[in-house]
Parts: sequence; C-alpha cells; structure tokens
Amino acid sequence: MIETFLNAAILKAAWPILLAGLGNTLALSLLVVPLGLAGGVVLALLSTVRVQWVRWPLMAWVDFFRAFPPLVLLIFLYAGLPFAGLEMGGFGCVAVAFFLNTGAYYGEVLRAGIESVPAGQIEAARSTGLSRLQALAHVVLPQAVRNVMPDLLSNTLEVVKLTSLASVVALPELLFQARQAQSLTYNPTPIVAAAVIYFLLLWPVVRLLSRLENRALAGRR
Amino acid sequence: MGNWDRFVETFFNAKVMAKYWPDILSGLFVTIELAALIVVTGLIAGLALALLRSLGIRPLNWLIVFVVDLFRALPPLVIIVLIYFGLPSVDLVPSGFVSTWISLALVLMAFAEEIFWAGITAVPRGQWEAARSTGLSFGQTLLGVVLPQALRITIPPLTNRTIAITKGTALGSVVAVSEILGQASSAVSNSYNPSPLTLGAAAYLVLFLPVVVLGRWIETRFAWKR
Repeated sequence: MIETFLNAAILKAAWPILLAGLGNTLALSLLVVPLGLAGGVVLALLSTVRVQWVRWPLMAWVDFFRAFPPLVLLIFLYAGLPFAGLEMGGFGCVAVAFFLNTGAYYGEVLRAGIESVPAGQIEAARSTGLSRLQALAHVVLPQAVRNVMPDLLSNTLEVVKLTSLASVVALPELLFQARQAQSLTYNPTPIVAAAVIYFLLLWPVVRLLSRLENRALAGRR
Repeated sequence: MGNWDRFVETFFNAKVMAKYWPDILSGLFVTIELAALIVVTGLIAGLALALLRSLGIRPLNWLIVFVVDLFRALPPLVIIVLIYFGLPSVDLVPSGFVSTWISLALVLMAFAEEIFWAGITAVPRGQWEAARSTGLSFGQTLLGVVLPQALRITIPPLTNRTIAITKGTALGSVVAVSEILGQASSAVSNSYNPSPLTLGAAAYLVLFLPVVVLGRWIETRFAWKR
C-alpha cells in the first residue's frame, strides 16, 4: 500500500517537478485573486447605483456567471474562441475566466457587505462634503469589507482551489505537474503528494474559517 | 460574407447544431443524474456526520472535524483525479462517473456537515433543556425539537453551497464522463466547429440559471430576521 501510494523513490524524483508546480499555483493565485477582487469591487459599486437599467443587467451578469461552471467558461475561451480568430493562450484564458467567474462571486459578497452598512453612514459622510465616490471608497467600503470578512476569505479559499482547473489547459501548476509525473512513473505517488501539499497549504485557512463561521452563526441567537 | 454572418456561421452553425444536439441532450441527462446523486448522498452524509457529532464523543468528533477539513481544503478536481488515476493501482477501477460522484459527494458532505453543525449549535440551550424536561429522550429532542429549528437557519448557506458544488459536475469531463461538457468537447473536435460548445453552454444555463435564481429567492425568503 505505502509502496504504491507513497513511494519514497518516486517522491524524491518527482519532488522538483511538484515544487515548480506549487510555485506556479501560488503565482497564479496571487494574480487571479486580486483580479477577481477588482472585478468584484466594480460590480459591488455598480450595485449601489439605484437606476433600473443598471441594476437589472448587473443582476443578469452576476447570475449568468454564477450559473456557468467555471470549467465550461474556461473551455469555451480556450477551445471555442480560437475559431473566431481570438487566441489568448492557456494563461490568458485562465485570467479572463477567473476575472469573470470569481469577479461575480466577490461582487455578491461585497454587495452584501455594502448593504450591511447603515444608510446614515453615507449620509453623514456626504454631509461633511465628501463626494459620493469618496464616501463609498473611504467610509462605506472599509466597513463593508470588515463585515463580510469570513465570506471574502471563504471565497478566496475557493479561488485558490479553483486554480487547479488551469491544469486542463496545460498550465504547469501543481495538479498538472503531478499528473505529468504520475504518467511518467505509472505510480499515483505524485498525485497523493500534490494532495498533501494542497492540504497543508490550505488547512490553516479552513481552520480559521470554520471558527469565524461558527462564531457568526452562533452570534445570531 | 460579413463579420456578423461569419460569427453566426462559427458559433451558431445550424447544420452542426442539428447534428450534435442529441449528444448534448444525452449529456444533459448524465449531468442531471450525476448532480442528483451528489446532492442526495452528499447532504445525507453531511447530516449524518453532524448528528454523530452532536453525540459529543471526543475522539469521534476529532475524526469528523479532520475529515471535514480535509475535503474543504482539497480542490475537487484533485480528489477526482486522485480517485480515478490512483485507485486502479490497488486494482479498484472506478469509472469516471463514479469517481466524480464520490469526490463531489465527499466535498458536499464536508460543507454540509459544517453548515448543519453550525445550525445545531445555534439553537439556544434552553430549547434542549425545556424539551428534555418534558420527558423527551436525547434522540427525540435532537430530531423533534432542535433539528427543525437548525434546518431553517441552514437553508440559505446550504442552497448556495449545493449549487456551487453541483456545478462541479463539469469536472467529470476531465475523467471522460460523457456529461454536457464532455459531449460538447468531443463534438467540437469531430466537427471542427465550436457550435456544440455554444449548445453545451446553453444547456448549463437552462439547468443552473433557474437554480441560481431560486437560491437568490430562498436567501431573502429565509433570511434571519434581526
């Protein structure tokens, strides 16, 4: 059993490949998390506009990308768009797909945050002479972010886990590297090792989250 | 031929669509079957774990928390790949369908346990004490008094989680499950035209858009009144 799933010799040989994969997973996460957050902030700020022809398309946009499985979006960009002469490469496709998909999720979280800030805050800020945008950026958004911190963190965890989809379009992140090593060695040890690496990387985040969530729910008594 | 015509010809090619829509439809049914299996088994397993945890047996609870953490931390695609490519080494050969089902059911189980457990602990202690003092047993109190109240709080987060995980059925295409995305991808490579992907995308929207809208409605309907 151990010979098969945690073979020391194979692990030793595959280690540099896996390490390179881990580096790429981290780099990819550092790119797509801010990208999704930026998209989410734009969507959330737009949602404060009380005009029907902004609200409805916005809601449709968010629901569209929440209903669309991210892998389908990625494959559409990667395998579909080249037929229209638009070739973005694996990396470009991942960046765009994450911007659209995770942006919609971050947007929903931040919108809930903004709605949790009392209206008096923005009125007070406006009455001191701040513009609407200044009031949103300096008064509402900081409080909104604090109110939905657990959800933001949980979403970020999902985004980091989602970077494993990039393996499907041959980006050499952790899962892709592990599968390469596995097919070269005919042994599942590299995939087991990759799973262990993912777990060690993300376990602290999961622990923290489950504390925050339990406290939030218990606090509603 | 104008740009628009070429665009339509490429992404909405009637001939290609006519040829491949039965494939996409059969993929749709596979997706629905897979999704239904995942939702039922995942939620039942999650509830069972939460109920087990409420018994308060220390070593058992540590184990439950570890399992839940494990499947919350691992990316679903990693679990699918591990089961599909790993288990054959010990002469267990699960199909792509079974690998995807087990993996996503385990992930849903973990998230559901967490949500159910939070719901159970959110029910005030007085409810327990009052129910026990009327002569109800532990089991009767848990199932008849605490759980119904806990479920109400858990419905909005549970709905959103379930939708998000069910969308993961598309990951099955990586391990050769002939669900919507798998069918669409192979149709694209057979026809050298992306129209089947357009059809597949439409199929996903038909399936999941109502669920997302329903989830939004449930979120407001069951919102905790403060």
